[in-house]
Amino acid sequence: MTKDTQAAIQFSHVDYQSDGTEILHNITGWFPKKRITTLVGPSGAGKTTLFRLCNGLISPDSGEIYIDDKKISSYEPVELRRKVGIALQSAKMVPGTVRKNLALSFELQGKEMPIDTAEEMIRLVGLDESFLDRNAKDLSGGQRQKVSIARTLVMKPEILLLDEITSSLDRVSQQEIEELIVKINETYGTTIMWITHNLRQALSIGEYTWVMMDGELVETGESSLLKEPQNARVQTFVKGESE
Amino acid sequence: MSFLLLGLSLIFVLIPLILSKTLNLGLEKDAFVATIRAIIQLLAVGYILQFVFDAENFFYIFLMVILIIGAAVQNARKKGVSIRGITWKLVVTFVFIEVLTQGILLGLNITPATAQYIIPISGMVIGNSMVLSILFLNRFTSEIETREDETELILSLGGTPKQAIHRPLISSIQASTIPTIESQKTIGLVQLPGMMSGQIIAGADPLQAVMFQLLIIFLLLTTAVVTSAMLGFLSYPTLFNERMQLLKPEKK
Ligand SMILES: Nc1ncnc2c1ncn2[C@@H]1O[C@H](COP(=O)(O)OP(=O)(O)OP(=O)(O)O)[C@@H](O)[C@H]1O
Ligand SMILES: [Mg+2]
Repeated sequence: MTKDTQAAIQFSHVDYQSDGTEILHNITGWFPKKRITTLVGPSGAGKTTLFRLCNGLISPDSGEIYIDDKKISSYEPVELRRKVGIALQSAKMVPGTVRKNLALSFELQGKEMPIDTAEEMIRLVGLDESFLDRNAKDLSGGQRQKVSIARTLVMKPEILLLDEITSSLDRVSQQEIEELIVKINETYGTTIMWITHNLRQALSIGEYTWVMMDGELVETGESSLLKEPQNARVQTFVKGESE
Repeated sequence: MSFLLLGLSLIFVLIPLILSKTLNLGLEKDAFVATIRAIIQLLAVGYILQFVFDAENFFYIFLMVILIIGAAVQNARKKGVSIRGITWKLVVTFVFIEVLTQGILLGLNITPATAQYIIPISGMVIGNSMVLSILFLNRFTSEIETREDETELILSLGGTPKQAIHRPLISSIQASTIPTIESQKTIGLVQLPGMMSGQIIAGADPLQAVMFQLLIIFLLLTTAVVTSAMLGFLSYPTLFNERMQLLKPEKK
């Protein structure tokens, strides 16, 4: 990665354990500001855990994380979570309508959602306005993922973490979301980090890639590295995923 | 009633034992232990109460109340081991309930300040508070687990711990207090409450017995709601750390 870009998030020798088992080991690396970076790796590699660290849902046991060159611990938790928005893998909905879900981050601040925001956001993620008054629990998996992205986007985070948001979408919706990600990045200059199992997506959308395995960062650089990985384990992984 | 007659009433223990044996219900051991414990505990309490009533000394009353609270804490804490510092939270809750109820009763001269009133009423109030605590803690610990995704979602969007725990907390308070409220709706229709029955059998004027029972019902309503709400608001902050992160439950 060329060093002319600034780091939005930087990891320095980060370890994370849970109940005595090491989940992330000695992670050192960075995510370039205002760019799209994909994060790939087999199931259980620690990708979601890495995102939870960035959003402050958990803290590292050792090492340091910097957000915009400031230690993560120097941010107030609420400030950090609004700056680094996350669309969680579970795409959990709170009970109520889609509109209520979109308004959630405003409601949590004790504010009203600005007029037209819900309409704007729902259209942005490729759903029709009639969805706003539907009960969130009746949505399909793919629709929930779209609403979940919109709900996080409402806060206009500077950094956006997307955890497998296209996993239950059909090919057409996947493409829509891919275009959306590029559009958000271009329009708002949002730094985007995107976990995906889909190597085609990693190659075509993100400029940069992190490959994680067994709690370690094994390769990082421009996405084209996935075409000719250096590391033997990454070669096996890439071969397996592209079949 | 004499000890001889009480001995005869053991027939009522024999019947379930025989039934359990013939039908292979496997209840003999528990039924036997329960009977023995009830006999020993209640007789001991009877003698102690007699002693305390005769002594007419506030220190003994105080000691009895402490004992009641201690036993209640011991029983309820097992259900809340996953919540940090649950023992002290229960102590605070029970002491508060006791002070609140006795404060009103004695302060407004609703009941006289004698052992005869303070001890049984405290026993009923704390006993009920204990049952409520167990109901609440059971429900709350399971709600936290089943709604972890939702709690995490709210935190991830910049909500505070209080906002994140609001729904599990409120639904646990509701669920634990509903039985108390429900049972009071049918009281007197199906069965007479135990205390009232006891008083009537012992020869008290039924209207007097009813008035006391109503007093207890009102007390238990306060006890139920205050216990759950107080325990809930004391417990939820220890589920999070100062970085507003949801902590893993403490190991049993
Ligand atoms: N809260 C937790 N407690 C204990 N272990 C956990 C916890 N969260 C994750 N793990 C473990 O940490 C490892 C990494 O999990 P993580 O969810 O970060 O993987 P992932 O790369 O996101 O996987 P996937 O692609 O399946 O989503 C796994 O082995 C998982 O079992
Ligand atoms: Mg994951």
